[in-house]
Amino acid sequence: MKILVCPLNGPRPVSEFAYGGEVRTMPDPDSCSDAEWSAYVFNRSGSPGVKYEWWCHLASGYWFIAQRDTLRDVVLATLPVEAVRAGLGAKTPRAEDPRA
Amino acid sequence: MPYRLLRFGLSRKHPEPRMFRRHDALKPAYDVVIIGAGGHGLAAAYYLARDHGIRNVAVLEKGYLGGGNTGRNTTIIRSNYLTPEGVKFYDESVRLWQDLATDFDLNLFYSTRGHFTLAHTDAAMRTMRWRAEVNKHFGVRSEAVDAAFVRRALPMMDMSCGGHAPILGALFHEPGAIARHDAVAWGYGRGADRRGVEIHQQTEVTGIRVEGGRVVGVDTTRGAIATPRVLCAVAGFTPRILDMVGLKTPIYIHPLQAMVSEPVKPWLDPIIVSGSLHVYVSQTARGELVMGASLDPYELHQTRSTLDFVEGLSAHMLDLFPFLGEVKVNRQWAGLADMTPDFAPIMGTTPVEGFFLDAGWGTWGFKATPVCGKTMSHTVATGRNHPLIDGFTMHRFAQYQLTGEKGAASVGH
Repeated sequence: MKILVCPLNGPRPVSEFAYGGEVRTMPDPDSCSDAEWSAYVFNRSGSPGVKYEWWCHLASGYWFIAQRDTLRDVVLATLPVEAVRAGLGAKTPRAEDPRA
Repeated sequence: MPYRLLRFGLSRKHPEPRMFRRHDALKPAYDVVIIGAGGHGLAAAYYLARDHGIRNVAVLEKGYLGGGNTGRNTTIIRSNYLTPEGVKFYDESVRLWQDLATDFDLNLFYSTRGHFTLAHTDAAMRTMRWRAEVNKHFGVRSEAVDAAFVRRALPMMDMSCGGHAPILGALFHEPGAIARHDAVAWGYGRGADRRGVEIHQQTEVTGIRVEGGRVVGVDTTRGAIATPRVLCAVAGFTPRILDMVGLKTPIYIHPLQAMVSEPVKPWLDPIIVSGSLHVYVSQTARGELVMGASLDPYELHQTRSTLDFVEGLSAHMLDLFPFLGEVKVNRQWAGLADMTPDFAPIMGTTPVEGFFLDAGWGTWGFKATPVCGKTMSHTVATGRNHPLIDGFTMHRFAQYQLTGEKGAASVGH
């Protein structure tokens, strides 16, 4: 079973988590064009790569950010939202779980 | 060793006609380049050559013919969709399917079984009635049936589903069928090859050249090709090809897994789908049960298999058919599904002139193979979208005019 390391609850089986999609920046709805807005609503970066993603630990209702390689399915880091808000700088230490 | 066999083995030129020719080199230019030698790409090549007289066509495949989702689906063919656009489109496909074996002179093992979509809740029953009415309006044979009808057709099924999801009724779709998926790719491939189309396996597209908003060529691992028209039919690899031409779409990739049991005596004639239990199952001519479930829960570009999937699907299979407890699972596999937000495909022309898209086929692409070939060959040959795909263009998102087909997805994803 794949293990995901929750920043709040530690290593937990991936079945306890829900995937919330890639972290994206919302354009300002008051100033952006219709095309920009519909692109934001619908378009996704579908290609594989290292992405920042929303994940939720369902049992505790805790949302956090995971940095994951979507080609290899390797989680590179899991971060509390605050750390990502602070500019993706302060990466909380966490290594890939060897059992994952 | 018999002399004939020895001669056969030592012959430099293979004496048996092969399904398609092998080409040592790419030509410098083609009228049309099709990326992806799966069912959709080969069908488009076939109809381009047969119906539109465009024979200078190359089909490029980075792996082997039919090795992607064409060879990974659960082979179900049906047209009991929810939107008028969807019903008309898939109904045309079912019509084409029925003549395909004769067209190809190849046995596709096309087998009409009837297709039950089970309803376990009042809400599901309401959707079944809705789908049945839309279907009937367009001349598609579907009807909402009650539990007694289901019990008569499937006496071996536990109608209470272990007591926690009793079956209230179903949508019964008589034309529901299965077919041998490899034969579809091979049939289209052979038909296209005989009409002059070149199929190049082990040839990966590494770039698409666009000049002044027009496609002018394709770079491959075996050299560059000049071409004014490119059709992209690569399922789970679509976003990577779209990056080459700088287009953005809502397509996202999740793996879809399936599994097959050991062969058992024929006992299951119809195709069974349960949205609530996340199961679809049919029995092949060889006696194996082919089973599928919902998408994997997160984005991934890898065809790995998981134990979670087998455990979850087996548990639901046993809810329906408790007597399968001793039956072994033989194989499991995964494919990359290119999903869209409205569960309808993205097809037709794009803002890049000469670049055509046949994508967003998620978990529902196999049944559409013939009609995709027909409509995309028309679109590529004329430069204008075929009327049947008007509801599926990539422009629908900017106008918020989605073609909501989610209610007719085989299982709740």
